[in-house]
Amino acid sequence: MAKRIEASNVTAYYGAFKAIENINLTVEPKTVTALIGPSGCGKSTFLRSINRMHEVLPGARVEGSLTIDEQDIYHRDVDVTAVRRTIGMVFQRPNPFPTMSIFENVVAGLKLNGVRRKSILEEAAEKALRSANLWDEVKDRLGKPGAGLSGGQQQRLCIARTIAVEPQVVLMDEPCSALDPISTLAIEDLMFQLKDKFTIIIVTHNMQQAARVSDRTAFFSIEKTGDPGRLIEYDNTQKIFSNPSVKKTEDYITGRFG
Amino acid sequence: MSTTVTSHRPRPPAEPTSLRARRLPAYTAPAVAVAALALAAAIVYGAGIGGPVLVVVLGAVLYLAGLFAAANAVEGRRSARNRTWSALIHSAFVLAVLPLASVVWTLFSKGAERLDVNFFQTSMNNIGARDPEGGAYHAIVGTLEQVGIATLITVPLGILCAIYIVEYGRGRFAFAIRFFVDVMTGIPSIVTGLFVLAFWVLIVSPWFNDGRPGFSGFAAALALAVLMLPTIVRSTEEMLRLVPAPLREGAYALGVPKWKTILRVVLPTALPGIVTGVMLAIARAAGETAPVLLVAGGGAAINTNPFENNQSSLALFVYQQAGDASRYAPARAWTAALTLVTLVLILTIAAKLLARRNRLSR
Repeated sequence: MAKRIEASNVTAYYGAFKAIENINLTVEPKTVTALIGPSGCGKSTFLRSINRMHEVLPGARVEGSLTIDEQDIYHRDVDVTAVRRTIGMVFQRPNPFPTMSIFENVVAGLKLNGVRRKSILEEAAEKALRSANLWDEVKDRLGKPGAGLSGGQQQRLCIARTIAVEPQVVLMDEPCSALDPISTLAIEDLMFQLKDKFTIIIVTHNMQQAARVSDRTAFFSIEKTGDPGRLIEYDNTQKIFSNPSVKKTEDYITGRFG
Repeated sequence: MSTTVTSHRPRPPAEPTSLRARRLPAYTAPAVAVAALALAAAIVYGAGIGGPVLVVVLGAVLYLAGLFAAANAVEGRRSARNRTWSALIHSAFVLAVLPLASVVWTLFSKGAERLDVNFFQTSMNNIGARDPEGGAYHAIVGTLEQVGIATLITVPLGILCAIYIVEYGRGRFAFAIRFFVDVMTGIPSIVTGLFVLAFWVLIVSPWFNDGRPGFSGFAAALALAVLMLPTIVRSTEEMLRLVPAPLREGAYALGVPKWKTILRVVLPTALPGIVTGVMLAIARAAGETAPVLLVAGGGAAINTNPFENNQSSLALFVYQQAGDASRYAPARAWTAALTLVTLVLILTIAAKLLARRNRLSR
C-alpha cells in the first residue's frame, strides 16, 4: 500500500518569507528517505508541506506540485483530512493527548474519524502497538494515561497512533531528538520493520542515524540566513556518505560546515 | 553592582573552600519571636499608646529586624536576606488569609442563630416586624433559578465565543470582539440591570405580557448573563491558548477535522481551567444585588416561576433584611449570607470534582 511521492518545483512561504525554493525529488514506495542539512534549511518545512501541515500556520502557503501516486496533494478538490490520513506524521516531541488513556491515544485517529465498534478498535490498538514494539510494555495498563509513559515510550505511542489509521506514508520530524540512545535504537529498529509496509520520510540532525536507517538521503542547505533552503544533493544513502558528488555535501557530512 | 561582580570572582585556591557554614540553632526563630513580642508589649503598654493589635504589628516588625540581625551576625548577609524574605512572604500569606478567616468566622457565628429548618422551608410572606420566624426559601429558589438560567445562556455562548476568538478568528472582527469583551468586563452591575430594565422589562416583555412591563426572575437572569459572559469568554480564551499547539497538530496529522480536534482534544485538555472560569462567573453573579432589585423587584412570597412576577434572590434578601427595622431581621440576613456562601462553595466543589473525573487519575 506504500505510495510514491513526487515533488516538483516545490516552494514554500511563511508569509513573505520564502523558506524553501524549487525542491524536486521523488520518494519511492517502501523506502526510508532521510532529509539532512543544517538548521533552518527547510527540511521540516518540506516535510510538513507533504501532508499539508505547513498551511496550519497562518500565512503559510506552498507553490509547485506535490503528488502521491500521481494525485495532486494540493488540488483544490482534495480533502485535507484525507491527505493527512494517507500521509501520517510523527513529531519531534512526543505529543500524546493528555486527557486520553494509552488505549484511547492509539485509537484516537480511528475513533475521532467515526469508528465506534469496540472489537475493531481493540484489534487495531493491539496491532498498532505490536507494530510499534510497545505492546509488551503497556498491555497491562492500557487504561492508564499516555502522558505517564517515559519519553521513548510516548514517542512509540505516537508512532502507534499514527500507524493505527493505516496511512501509506509516514513522515517523521526528528523523531528521536528528544530521546536517549536506547529509545532511539528502538525507534530505528521500528523504522526497518515499518518500511515493509510504509513509505517513510525522516528529518534528522543525526547523520549516523541517516546513514543507518535510510535508503536514500536528501541534503538540503541554505546560502546564508534568510535565504530559502534548496535541495543540494539527493542520492542513495551509501553514495551520499561515501562519495557525494557535490562539494558542499561532503563538507557537511564530514563536519567542515554546518 | 560591583559587589555582585566581586562575589562571583573565584576564590584563591590556597584556601580550601568548605561547604559548611555556621548556622543558627533551630530555636532561634521562635526565641526571636517571643523576645520581639515581649519587647513590643513593653513598649506599647509602657508608653500607653495602644492595644494588642499594635503589639502584634510592632512585634512582627521587631521580629523581622531581630531575625535579620541575628542571621546577619552568625550566618552572613545572604542567609539573613533569605530568612527575612521568607518571613515576609509567610506574613503576606497570613495577612491574606486573615480577612477570609474573619469573614467565615463572622458568617458562622452570626448566621448560626437562625440556621434552623424553618428558615429553609418558609418565605417572608405575611411576616411582620414582630414575628421572629420567616425564612429564605423564596430567595434560595430565586437565586438557583436566576443563576441557573444565566449559566445555561452564558456557558455555551461564552465557550463558543472563546473558541471563535482563539481557533477561527482572524483579523479585525476577532480583534473587535476581544476588545468589546474586555470593555464588557468593566461594566458595573447596576448598568446591566438598567440595560435589561430598559430593553427587556419595559420594551420587549410588554409584547407578550398584555402591555404590562414584565418584572421577572428571567429578566434578572438576563442581567446576570450580561455580567457573566465576559468573565467566561476571557477565562476560556486564556485556557484555550494554553493548550499546546503540538496537540492540535497531532490530531490534524491523524486526519481529524478541525472542529472535532477542538471538541475532542482541545476542550477536554482545557476543561479544568474553563470550569474554574465558569465557577468564578457564577459566584460573581450569585452575589449580585442591584440588577435583581431593578428587574425582578424582590418579593416576600415564594414564586417558583422565573418567567412571571417578582422574584427575590439571596443577595437581595440579605440587602433587604439588613436594612429592615425588625429586630429579627439581622439574624435572617446573616443566615442568608451564610447560605449564599455555602451554596457557591458546594457548586464550586461539585464542578471541580466533575472536571477532575473527566481527567485520568494519575
